[in-house]
Amino acid sequence: MDALKSFIDLFADPRLFFLITLAALVLIVWKREAFVSNRWGWGLMAFLTVFFGFGLTDENFNLIITKPDNVPIVGLIFLLVFFTWFSMRQAVDNDRRAAAGRPSIEKDEEDRVWTWPDLVYTELISMVVCTVILIVWSIGLEAPLEQPANNANTPNPSKAPWYFLGLQEMLVYFDPWLAGVVLPSLIIVGLMAIPYIDKNPKGNGYYTFNERRVEITLFLFGFVVLWSSLIVLGTFLRGPNWNFFGPFEYWDIHKLEALTNVQLSEYIWVRGFGMALPENWFVREIFGILLTIGYIAVLPVALAKKGLTRYYEKLGPARYYVTVLLFLSMLSLPVKMLTRWVFDLKYVVSIPEFFFNI
Amino acid sequence: MPDTKTKTIEPKTPALVQAWDWITETQIWTSIFRHAAPINDRNRVLVMLSNVFLHMHPVRLRKSGVRLRYTWCMGGISFFLFLVLTFTGLLLMFYYRPTLEYAYSDIVGLREHVPLGIMREMHRWGAHAMVITVWLHMFRVFMTGSYKPPREFNWNVGVIMLVLTLLLSFTGYLLPWDQLAIWAITVGSNMARATPFLGHEGPGASLMAIGDVQLVHAADDARFALLGGTFVGEGALLRFYVLHCVALPLVIGFLMAVHFWRVRKDGGISGPL
Ligand code: HEM
Repeated sequence: MDALKSFIDLFADPRLFFLITLAALVLIVWKREAFVSNRWGWGLMAFLTVFFGFGLTDENFNLIITKPDNVPIVGLIFLLVFFTWFSMRQAVDNDRRAAAGRPSIEKDEEDRVWTWPDLVYTELISMVVCTVILIVWSIGLEAPLEQPANNANTPNPSKAPWYFLGLQEMLVYFDPWLAGVVLPSLIIVGLMAIPYIDKNPKGNGYYTFNERRVEITLFLFGFVVLWSSLIVLGTFLRGPNWNFFGPFEYWDIHKLEALTNVQLSEYIWVRGFGMALPENWFVREIFGILLTIGYIAVLPVALAKKGLTRYYEKLGPARYYVTVLLFLSMLSLPVKMLTRWVFDLKYVVSIPEFFFNI
Repeated sequence: MPDTKTKTIEPKTPALVQAWDWITETQIWTSIFRHAAPINDRNRVLVMLSNVFLHMHPVRLRKSGVRLRYTWCMGGISFFLFLVLTFTGLLLMFYYRPTLEYAYSDIVGLREHVPLGIMREMHRWGAHAMVITVWLHMFRVFMTGSYKPPREFNWNVGVIMLVLTLLLSFTGYLLPWDQLAIWAITVGSNMARATPFLGHEGPGASLMAIGDVQLVHAADDARFALLGGTFVGEGALLRFYVLHCVALPLVIGFLMAVHFWRVRKDGGISGPL
């Protein structure tokens, strides 16, 4: 039993965690025909149930998942896995119908029904079910109340509310102005831009994967792999000092993690050229600045010429650049993660003089 | 041969049915409900047109749109949870005073002195649940491609409501005024310090100066505006209370009206053309 726990803890490393969710997404999209079978659906649910059931028996794991405010996230995990499976299943169903030359399920069910009783009763039943669930949940689990607020006593770890833990996790890789202000704003802008940059007229009003491969893959990447899995990671696996802990690991405040983070400027000037860092910040950071400009300004243009030309032609310049810029901003997180893990890179550009670190 | 005059016995209407018939014929009843029960097509139309709560629905809609399989009912559940939250929140407001002196003890009182009280639980778990259902609603709208024309605008209304839902949750998180509350809000609002140009630790803030006078500093930056102070204290509590109980619910309620109106005007629940 303990061996199993240590084995699972071994996997719980931010790098592995991220790569495993990413690999899961790739598999889901690639092997979707197999993934949407009942066996997989039930299997995943059973696996989660067993995993959390087993976890409950462990003291440390139990402590984390039964923290009242964390209970909803256990629910979120189940719901998210279920609905990812469920929506893919319907998409694949419709794709199979299309391949056989039959209309989609939604097309088949195009006739009108009466709102009363068909819809009104469904609504009534779901209201009753929701009320019951909420009341049972409220009776069973008391809302948390800790010690009175005390500005002098900082808890360790201090966590934002759970729905912002993905953003807090980004703080590991980015400074607050990016992780807390710019990137969240870009998420909102990006979501709002979706209907205007997606020019694909197909797949409007029915589930399908084949007709919207890129869109759905990107959305699942953003929503499931980046947003949701980082929330799960931040809630369950980040302990004191924001150190990483396996689900069965004791939250030891004194756990030490070697931080050997290096700035890009040090890599280039000190390690590359073997000289001291230049005094002037502009000279010191010039390579990072060029790299950043290259990423957000040159790369989109280059991709328009080669690689994404098809999209450039299909979308036109305005839509293309907005799309690519949003996409690159989203990708900046995994890119920064990778460079951190592989090269211990802390900042690409680091100008503490102006609080400007990237 | 004896007289075989048979006596026909009228089938007796059960008492309950009689009572029902009587009630539905009273002037009071007919003044409220203008037509008989929706058991025929005419009345199924009338019930949708004459009932203020139902009139946001169409009279008839596509079969696929009624299916749980298609909508997951997540928009509807989000709305229902919003109503539950409004109601339970209103009850909580009777007990709760947003001051440093009372906030925490009012919550303790709510917990200890209200027998069988679950309003705080329903409010808190309902709020968590609403965040999740709104996300799932967005997920399903994406997966069915329902943001595509003509529903682009409604998707945008939705995104704003998603942000507002998170803000409602965030502002409410502070109100119990316990350690969990202030530190979560401290961590969250610390980000605002780093707002470019507008936060005193944000890039470019030092450029916001006239001569030697710094325009952006700890006591007037974006974070200060959010908290009404330089740390999470009395000012923040009042601000968050007003936002949580008045401002944000009004805005999101207004947007919900727009959202539902647009669902109708954009052709009802989406479906293949
Ligand atoms: C505060 C939260 C929200 C509430 C109460 C709400 C409510 C609803 C309801 C009741 C519907 C009818 C169909 C259904 O139940 O699926 C609907 C449809 C829709 N919602 Fe929302 N919604 C919310 C947030 C959002 C968000 C976050 C988005 C997108 C980002 C969104 C985009 C849409 C769109 C595009 C439709 C039309 C879908 C169709 O015709 O198939 N809504 N909403």
